[in-house]
Amino acid sequence: MSSYLFVESRDPFASRDVEEGYRLLAELAVQPIPVTLFLVQNGVLAARQGARASQFTALVAHPGVTVLADTFALQERGIPTDALVPGVQASDIDILVDLLMLDGQKAIWH
Amino acid sequence: MEKTLTVLMMDPPFESANTTTAFRIIEAALRKGHTVHVFAYEGAVSLTMQGQQAHPNPAHGKTVEEEHHPLTRDIVCGLLTSGGGERLQWINCGLCVDERGAGDWIEGPRRGGPGDFWKWVTESDQTFVIPCR
Repeated sequence: MSSYLFVESRDPFASRDVEEGYRLLAELAVQPIPVTLFLVQNGVLAARQGARASQFTALVAHPGVTVLADTFALQERGIPTDALVPGVQASDIDILVDLLMLDGQKAIWH
Repeated sequence: MEKTLTVLMMDPPFESANTTTAFRIIEAALRKGHTVHVFAYEGAVSLTMQGQQAHPNPAHGKTVEEEHHPLTRDIVCGLLTSGGGERLQWINCGLCVDERGAGDWIEGPRRGGPGDFWKWVTESDQTFVIPCR
């Protein structure tokens, strides 16, 4: 069975098309198709508690979506893991590679 | 299980955090025993240019040595030698190289074209395209 890995490098406050990605993932998840959103670089900014990113928090709450955040990117930006939106898990580049190499994984960078 | 990952990069050096993330992915994949094929397209062909020079940082009063400015050619060299050995292959797009006059590379990369990328895509377990903005 195919699954989707969406690597988001941008934040929704600087790039409005990020929300289009969130919408795509939500639509895939209701199919249901397994979906993982992996946040890197400024993509992690949406995962801060208190960030006004309602579409992101709705996506995190979706039971069919796994949301991971790159610890390297969090540390660079001074975001402690206990300041993440509940449901977002701190992760690392090794996990990203493992996800990339899963059979049937369709990987998209944005 | 060891697999093959093809990565297409497009950003030029010293421009985008995409390059750092791509290097981290490549390093981790090699460390895990996978084979990695990198197709450097457009500005990314300059990542391996031999002539890159570290610079001081006058704003901070630092010398070249103190600044220790990382060069992408050194990072790629490290991946090709100590990190990857024969499990990392690197192709620079020939047309992109010619456009930019960027043909003076470190040892390791070879010249190729979109046909090589297509071949790698068909042979790899995963292809990951990291476009520039």
